[in-house]
Amino acid sequence: MERDNLENDVFHMLDNMPAGKAKNVKGTAARLLKQLYRQKWQLIAAFVCILFGSAFTLAAPLIIGQAINLIYEGIISGRPFEVNVGTLGNIMLTLLTLYLFSAVFSYLQEFTLAGVAQKLTLSLREKVSEKLTRLPLRYYDQHKKGDILSRATNDLDKVASTLEDGLLQFFSATVSIVGSFALMLAISPRLTSIALATVSVSMAAATWIARKTQRYYAENQKALGEMNGTIEEAFTGHQVIKAFNMEQAAIRNVEALNQALYQAGRKAQFITYAVDPAIRLCNQIGYILIAVQGALLVTQGRISIGNIQAFFQYVNQASEPLTQLAHIVNSMQGAIAAAERVFVFLDEEEEAPDPPNPREISLPQGNVSFEHVRFGYQDGAALMNDINFRVKAGDKIAIVGPTGAGKTTLINLLMRFYELQDGKITIDGINITEMSRSRLRSLLGMVLQDTWLFGGTIEENIAYSRENATSQEVIQAAKAARADHFIRTLPAGYQTSLDDEAANISQGQRQLLTIARALLADPAILILDEATSSVDTRTELEIQKAMATLMKGRTSFIIAHRLSTVRDADHILVMKSGTIIEQGTHTELMKQNSFYADLYNSQFASTAV
Amino acid sequence: MINLLKFIAPYKKRVIAGLLFLFLQVLGTLYIPTLTAAIVNNGIVPGNMDYILNTGVLMILVAALTGGLSITATYLSTSLAASLERDIRNALFRKTQSFSVTDFQRFGTASMITRSTSDVIQIQQAFAMMMEMLLPAPLMTIAALMLAFAKDRFLALVIMGTMALVIIFAAIVSRKAMPMFVALQSLIDQINRVLRENIIGVRVVRAFNRVDYERRRIDKTFTDYAGTAIRVTKIFALMMPVIMTMMNLCTLLILWFGGKRVGSGLMQIGDIMALVEYSLLILFYLIMGMMVFMIIPRAQACAARIHEVLDFKPEFAGPPPAGQKFERKAKLEFRHVTFRYAGAEEAVLSDISFTTGAGQTTAIIGGTGSGKSTVASLIPRFYDIQSGNILIDGIDIRNLPLSELRQKIGYVPQKAFLFSGTIADNLRHGKKNASLEELRHAARIAQIDDFINGLDQTYDAPVAQGGGNFSGGQKQRLSIARAIVKKPQIYVFDDSFSALDFKTDAQLRKALKHEVRDAAVILVAQRISTIMDADQIIVLDDGRIAGIGIHRELMDSCLVYQQIAHSQLSREELA
Repeated sequence: MERDNLENDVFHMLDNMPAGKAKNVKGTAARLLKQLYRQKWQLIAAFVCILFGSAFTLAAPLIIGQAINLIYEGIISGRPFEVNVGTLGNIMLTLLTLYLFSAVFSYLQEFTLAGVAQKLTLSLREKVSEKLTRLPLRYYDQHKKGDILSRATNDLDKVASTLEDGLLQFFSATVSIVGSFALMLAISPRLTSIALATVSVSMAAATWIARKTQRYYAENQKALGEMNGTIEEAFTGHQVIKAFNMEQAAIRNVEALNQALYQAGRKAQFITYAVDPAIRLCNQIGYILIAVQGALLVTQGRISIGNIQAFFQYVNQASEPLTQLAHIVNSMQGAIAAAERVFVFLDEEEEAPDPPNPREISLPQGNVSFEHVRFGYQDGAALMNDINFRVKAGDKIAIVGPTGAGKTTLINLLMRFYELQDGKITIDGINITEMSRSRLRSLLGMVLQDTWLFGGTIEENIAYSRENATSQEVIQAAKAARADHFIRTLPAGYQTSLDDEAANISQGQRQLLTIARALLADPAILILDEATSSVDTRTELEIQKAMATLMKGRTSFIIAHRLSTVRDADHILVMKSGTIIEQGTHTELMKQNSFYADLYNSQFASTAV
Repeated sequence: MINLLKFIAPYKKRVIAGLLFLFLQVLGTLYIPTLTAAIVNNGIVPGNMDYILNTGVLMILVAALTGGLSITATYLSTSLAASLERDIRNALFRKTQSFSVTDFQRFGTASMITRSTSDVIQIQQAFAMMMEMLLPAPLMTIAALMLAFAKDRFLALVIMGTMALVIIFAAIVSRKAMPMFVALQSLIDQINRVLRENIIGVRVVRAFNRVDYERRRIDKTFTDYAGTAIRVTKIFALMMPVIMTMMNLCTLLILWFGGKRVGSGLMQIGDIMALVEYSLLILFYLIMGMMVFMIIPRAQACAARIHEVLDFKPEFAGPPPAGQKFERKAKLEFRHVTFRYAGAEEAVLSDISFTTGAGQTTAIIGGTGSGKSTVASLIPRFYDIQSGNILIDGIDIRNLPLSELRQKIGYVPQKAFLFSGTIADNLRHGKKNASLEELRHAARIAQIDDFINGLDQTYDAPVAQGGGNFSGGQKQRLSIARAIVKKPQIYVFDDSFSALDFKTDAQLRKALKHEVRDAAVILVAQRISTIMDADQIIVLDDGRIAGIGIHRELMDSCLVYQQIAHSQLSREELA
């Protein structure tokens, strides 16, 4: 039995997920090979090592056969026969040399190939991370985050592990199969035909089982998915389960799904593990047939006993790699499908590059204007047709309107997260497309609706907006955002880690942290997109006062649901279905007594009920 | 890992049967080379054709029987592994349902999910591999060595020595590589974490111009991972060549000394071939067994995590207090309640006292972090207070069985959560046998009946996991209806009207008022308009009661309340 067989079993068992099919196998394989070509010297060296190593491995059985013949003839001849340096010495020495060389080459090949797969994946991963920075936000909107993530992790892991084992095995399997068959034919064409017959039977059996496996695995995956989903739901909604005394019902539900998974899993597992005994049985029957036929041939004197021994070893050396090749081809298909998903990702359309000679604003004032802006998230449908407005430096602009009116979109366009279909946006008279994105964004400090904090300390999260911010500056910003007090009540204060669920930080508190972060950036223009929606109104008022001082003379944009927040804005833009339907100050708009006035009254008149 | 073996106990018979089949299979596997040796010795050497043919037939029978045995053993061990997985998961999930909210937070929802899904699968896979690959190794080694001893003691010792060397060498390599495997796992976790952060936070990353910084951070995790992976592979590159060389040397020794013995007539030539085959079989099974050892540390980590849950003593452990008899007065009292979250330095609530009863609406208002939601979550005893008492109809809630307590309470959480199933299923959570008319009635009060009737399947419309197919406002109204169907004595609305527009909010409260005449209502809210007409308003500020009374009184006496009111209402409205 060969070592490849061992690895093969394990490899096969671990790689039990059915592979998705690639759409363009040739193209993807060619592209993967092109990536591999960069490491051509390592590959060539490894291939040379495999050739030499296999040659030595193939030669060994013949030499052992000679030794056995020698001993056999010794007994048959009836003469006293002694094994010593004179009789077997040369053969032993030759074998020893062969084995040592074969070991050295086999080590060298694995050593050279060790890095090849990982380096390839690393270079692809680096492309992925670069791509992540260049993709337009549109891409992130349209794809599930789990999907993007799994391309960089699972898919590339699959490519790496298949290349790591598969590449080596593919080369060496091919060499052993060709070499062994040639030598088998040389020893006995008749025995070779028996070997061929049994090998084809076992391959057919393996293919048949593999097909079954896929079906059972699909069923297993389905049952697993249902159960995982239910468990996830039960844990996420555990408070509700408690509040409604649903514990027993939840247990019954999970147990039923678990039983279904048990049924499906049992079959899938059995069929996976049953492959190997089944193949082993086929091979053993072949082995026995060869043994009997070979024995008969020896008694007829048509073949030497040593050659029979050698023949057996060649059958092993050829049949194991054959089944192995089937596995490799299977997992290669999976790897190519995985690589294809990665390549599709790498080929996604990128953001338009920054202009070669970006324009600078040396002393930003904060004059903003939208001129005939036309925009739609999808190419065909336009959400905004003709948006026009001007903002004087230092003004506080409020954007109000019902959900889906396009308020956030307006801000996204100013940040240049999306490209306009027509028209232009200028800051201090300069079209934002003529600036570099990084310069543009450094002018704008933004607090988003969804509070994104990463798994570091509170201080690190606030300091995120400005490299090299001092602790003192962080605390200043936190104070202005009215976050200082609650931060100090946390177990570790500013050093409290946010990946700790026990930190008990509410949505409102998270919003305060993101406000502190934006304030620390000290931008020329501040944008608050529903930034205080989860903060109570009293705290909100305090934050507004603190910000009024900080932002004195600077332009700010505020999107808010609560109209009480925006009453004192210098200018209010009222949006509906992608257009600005009214604009003016609170008093002006109330006087007009149309949409804004309705909206405002609906929020306050309710107290009469 | 060992601790989990108790889950196998119920399947003792199957384990024993599996072991028996395994043992027979090992014997069958070894019998084949023994018969080959016999063919050489008794068939080829004397030239006995009949013997060769007869033995051939016998060999095929043995091979078929062995194949059958090993497939049966596989069947037994895989079903056993699947049973184990099922039983562990059932036990685990059952246990989690006895956890309190604090217990859940201690482990973390994400971690609990991993523990009951993929960790259990890891155990199942490890167990199946152990049964299939690890267990045969000692059986094969012992049986083959015994056969070898029968043929020749010295050569059997040579084989034993080689095996010992192989095991020692493999142990050394593994010991070196093991910490790297652990490191590799945590590096994968790191890649996942960093990438997820970047994908979710892409707007913030770009808004603050941290694109390059993040890219360096991501690439560093990639490089670290690749470096460690390469080091591991390079260590393992040494493994197979060295082991193969040891084995080949063993074959050479068998050939040399076997040849000597054959020459001097102490042994037959077929025995050399049998011995070589025995040694290869032992090696094959040993290496297979060693591969299992590589996955054991990972399975062990999973087992430890599962055990942490199974062995955890839930906060509310112990026998439930006996059921108490009391009238349905719906009287709720907080008496000097002080509460701090586990691990926190400062108390969230200090010295809170108030009383409310049937037909009364008590509103709780206050700033972010003032502790108003905490008050709501103490009533169904999601947390235990450190001092003071919470009493329902004069009985401390800690003296009530949890299920009885929660049966009395209709709790509507801040974040509405629905379970997959139908709308009707969800509404019936609090009352399994509620009639469709009861559901309709509740839905009408919750202002969601019209919406449900507009759906294709009305009350049988499907609800996705977590209620993902409904908007925030719809989910809130459905979870309010769910609480109404329950007909509880005490309603607890934890900021449950926040996603409703002002008009719906007002209509809902109006309809509710008629419904809950004999129940007490606790209403946590941020909007002053929601609570203005409550019978009692409690104003919380930093966990203390800053004022208690009705709207008019508080407008006169409570500074915090005035500030909240002024931040929300115009002067005309306050007048």
